This record gives sequence, structure tokens and C-alpha cells, in this order.
Amino acid sequence: MTPSLAGSARALLARDFRLLWRRRGDALQPALFALLVVVLFGLALGGEADALAGSASAVLWVAVLLAGLLGLDTLFRGDAEDGSLEQWMLAPVPLAWLVAVRTFSHWLATVVPLVIATPLLGELLHLPKAELPVLLASLALGTPLLSLLGAVVAALTVGMRRSGILVALLALPLYVPVLVFGAGSVAAHAQGLDPVGALLLLGAGLALALVLAPLAAAAAIRIALS
Amino acid sequence: MSPDDSRPTPLLEAHALGFSRNEEPVFGPLDFAVDSGEALLVQGGNGAGKTTLLRVLAGLLPADAGDVTIDGIRADRERRAHAIAYLGHLPGLKADLSVLENLHFLCGLHGRRRGQSPEAALGIVGLAGYEDALARQLSAGQKKRLSLARLWLSPAPLWLLDEPYANLDLEGIELVNRMVQAHLRGRGAALVTTHGAYAAPPVRTRLLQLESRR
Repeated sequence: MTPSLAGSARALLARDFRLLWRRRGDALQPALFALLVVVLFGLALGGEADALAGSASAVLWVAVLLAGLLGLDTLFRGDAEDGSLEQWMLAPVPLAWLVAVRTFSHWLATVVPLVIATPLLGELLHLPKAELPVLLASLALGTPLLSLLGAVVAALTVGMRRSGILVALLALPLYVPVLVFGAGSVAAHAQGLDPVGALLLLGAGLALALVLAPLAAAAAIRIALS
Repeated sequence: MSPDDSRPTPLLEAHALGFSRNEEPVFGPLDFAVDSGEALLVQGGNGAGKTTLLRVLAGLLPADAGDVTIDGIRADRERRAHAIAYLGHLPGLKADLSVLENLHFLCGLHGRRRGQSPEAALGIVGLAGYEDALARQLSAGQKKRLSLARLWLSPAPLWLLDEPYANLDLEGIELVNRMVQAHLRGRGAALVTTHGAYAAPPVRTRLLQLESRR
């Protein structure tokens, strides 16, 4: 019985969520970090509704981006250290497919809870109600793009022993355009402009990254582990 | 390079296979072949390049010279993935998953031999009763046995075993030999690296002796 693409994806997702459940304390870290950033910002800006509302969407975007960055180093590291990646490379399904599924499960586990909590976090920052749909749309398009770009960087550094800050340094320049268009779409909407252009650009970037990032990450893993 | 008709095509064949790290040759050029039903014992001291040879054959490292054929056809990634099961130094087990969960995942990744179940494989390698134990609670020898169960479930005909006897007790060594024997009877083949000749399985065996370069 050779495994199908769907079968291997199911096995990998089941494994990842079991592992997540066994270490649910660790899994909460990105969400707690984002909450911390948002609360600290709220306190630092003095809690004035007007001051907060103006920067709320930008703060939320940065909080989600940094929280995603926090867990990036662990994306492939554990699997590289215990030899799982070797077995992935030898499996009859393409490595790029497994990388894509792994990135998807990582995104589901770390970023999606944040996106769901965004309305609540937005309340903390007095986010104007009208901006919320655009913010959610930009996060829904932007965060998978961030995860895919992050996967390439994590794959490039998987052969190094300690690479925490290196991952952040390599990922940030790639993240900047996503942040600019993501937060920019909300800002444009707040000023009465059409946010669709920026959202479409994010969508185009996501489509491109969906195809290319797993291939690039798979190639990087093969180089890093040889 | 058409094989003559009187002999069956070897399952695995290497021509002038070589690998070097930083311009320094690790092994090779090597020429060898393994037929189905046959074991190739790769012997050599520490640092002779046994592990590197197996990693090159598995496709984890690119060869610098020569080529590898599987069933007479040049080995590409696809062909290797279907023909080769690799047991390396790293077990590829998740410490926080149970024994059975690990096995189910690896079967989902590599496929499963017809008529075999993970539960039965655990019985064969002597891990019956450990199904729900977490992999982190296993000893090194038990982890090795779990890897052997994964190998047993793999549908690939060619086993690449890197030091399969390491960490195993006498009974475990016997187990490896029995598994290799059964695998070879089913038209499989195995490459086994070892640094001594203490435990060669009682099957039709070819010997490949690697010399240390230094």
C-alpha cells in the first residue's frame, strides 16, 4: 500500500495535532505573547480611546506578525533533530507536499487562534467597528503568506544549531511588504479609500507563495541536511 | 549497459560510486551489486564511510561520481522512495507520541506492506504491551526495536540498515537476523553495515570491506 498525497497529509496533520495537544502549554505561547503586546500598547498609549483607535489596526498586525515569528524556529527544528525529516525525504510523497502540510498545521495552530481573537483584542484597543472586516480580511490573506515565507527561512536555517535571532533577521525583510500591504489596507479603509487593491496584492502574493514556497523550502531542507 | 540475459538484473547496483567531502574522498570508487534474496554486509572501522555510503544510496546525499541503478534503471528520487527503506542512526520517532501513534504516522508516510498491521509488527519486535507507552519512555534498545517494526511494515524491497545491532541485546541481535532472513526469503534484499563480523545473519551474503582513508 503506497500512501496517497491525502493519506500522508492526514497522517501528518493527526501527528501534529496530537503533539500540539501533548504540549498545549507551549502552544499557548504565541497567543499570550500577542495579548501581552496588545495590553502593553494599550497601557503605554494611556488608554485614551482616540489615540488607541488610530493605531489599533497597526498594533494588531504587528502583534500577530511577531507572535508568528516567535514560533517559526520550531517549525522544522524538532523534526530535523530526531530524524523525522530524513524519513520525510525518503517517503514516496514529495517533500514539498509534506512541507506545505506542516506549514499549514503550524499556521492553524499558532496564527488562526490569534486571528479569531482579533475582535476581542480589537476591543482592548478601541478598534473602530468599521475597520474590523477589512482587518480580518487582510489577516486572513496575510498570515498564511507570512507562514509560507517563514517556512522557507526556517528551512534555510534548519541545519544550524542555534538560529533564533537569525531566523528573525532573515524573515523580517520578507515580512515587511506583507505588513505594509496588510496594515496599509486597513489604514486606507480608515481614510475612506478603497482597500481592495492592497488586499488583492496580498492575495496574489499568497497564490504565488502557495506554489513556490513549499518547493523552495523543500530544496533548502535537502541542502541543509546533506 | 544492458545486463546479459543469463543473469537476473540486480536489485541494486553501483558503478564507480564515489563521494568526497571538502575535496577529500570519503569512499569509492565502488562497484557492487545486490540481488534480491541477498544481503550485502558493509564492513569497516569507524570513519571508513559506511554511514555515508548508505546515505548516498538512500539519496540523502548526492553522489560525486558514478551512478546507482535499481532493477537496472537509474535511481531517481521517485524510484528510491518506492524501493528503499532506511534505518539510520536517528530513529525519526516523536518523543511525545505513543509507540503505536509513531508507527501509524510512519505507515501513513511510507505505506504499509500488504497483510501487515502495526500491532502485529510490535509483537514481532518484542514490544507487545508497550503500545501506549510514550516513545520518550523507551530505552535506546526499545527505540531501535520500534524502528525495526517500522522497517518491517515498509513495503520497500531493499533495506538499508545502518548499524542495526547497536544498542540491542543478544536477543535483539537475533531478532535483526531473523527479520533480515525473513525479508530475504520474500525476495527482498538488505545492506547491513557493521564494524565487526560478530553478528552476520545466516543468509546468502556478499561482503564489502571499506578501508579507512587515514
